[in-house]
Amino acid sequence: MTVAVPPFERFYEAHKTEVHAFLRRRAGRQRADDLFQETFLRALRAYDRLEHGEHLRAWVLTIAGRLVIDAARADRPTSELVHDPSHVDERPAFEELAPHTDGLPPKERAAVVLRYGYDLDYDEIGAALGSNEQAARQAASAGVRRLRKEKS
Amino acid sequence: MTPVSPSLDERFRTSAAAAGLLDAAFDVLEDTPVGSLLVGVTDRGLARISFDADPERHLDDLARLYGPRVLRSTKPVDRVRRELDEYFEGKRHAFDLELDLRVAPEFYRRVLDELAHVEYGHTTTYGALAAKAGHPQAARAVGTVMNRNPVPIVLPCHRVVGANGSLTGYGGGLDRKEWLLRLEGAIL
Repeated sequence: MTVAVPPFERFYEAHKTEVHAFLRRRAGRQRADDLFQETFLRALRAYDRLEHGEHLRAWVLTIAGRLVIDAARADRPTSELVHDPSHVDERPAFEELAPHTDGLPPKERAAVVLRYGYDLDYDEIGAALGSNEQAARQAASAGVRRLRKEKS
Repeated sequence: MTPVSPSLDERFRTSAAAAGLLDAAFDVLEDTPVGSLLVGVTDRGLARISFDADPERHLDDLARLYGPRVLRSTKPVDRVRRELDEYFEGKRHAFDLELDLRVAPEFYRRVLDELAHVEYGHTTTYGALAAKAGHPQAARAVGTVMNRNPVPIVLPCHRVVGANGSLTGYGGGLDRKEWLLRLEGAIL
């Protein structure tokens, strides 16, 4: 049984407080408001294409997390990126990561993407997945183990 | 967690509508002379006015009819709000609003089209409206259409009364029907 996509109003009301708190922690008070608006506009743009209403919390926090990273990248002067390789973000972007994780069970996939794609802490991932830090850590490492096994 | 500030909340709701991303927008008009009203609009026009102003009672229905991107937003409803305010103050006798009746069945639409021609301060009967819609025997069915009128007040089902002149019934309750007819001077 799949969960139906709720009307956007209900989705927005259910997650707006948490998304804003998340953005304030990750991007600071000043940036949070702009990123908040952008997060939910992006969610709205994709919303009528969602096939089910599962993991919507993880989904919207993923969008928010990605915007935080994009904003941080945009802040950094280009010259620094060129001259100081230590500033280059080595983590794979979502587009690169996603195809490899397609075969993972949903929870493991979400944990891997949120951890390595979006640099969320395990407690945040736990919150996003409706479980806890410990479970998120286990899901992410199980996902990585599975990916290694599939690769070899 | 600190709640999202009302201004930020409002800002998002306004941008969402301005970006054309909503399947339906709604707002609640608090404390009109006939009580609180829920108003729903789409990009095609006014789709819903309800005397049951609790949004929870409408969200699923609006999403099913128009699409899941349903959001409370003040701006898209401004024009309807203004025209209703003018009407309640007795300053407006006809509405100049686009309607979105796409979900109404064919017979409903024909009856509602005829209903739109019943003028301010006048009344007609269920039977007369049925005849105009091409089904003289369908007075009872017309009563059902009035009862399910998606946009009461704007489509004036309060101007439709029984053959003997009694008010008969109203989706929003007879008190409201009487109030609207008094406002228009149709009854004393």
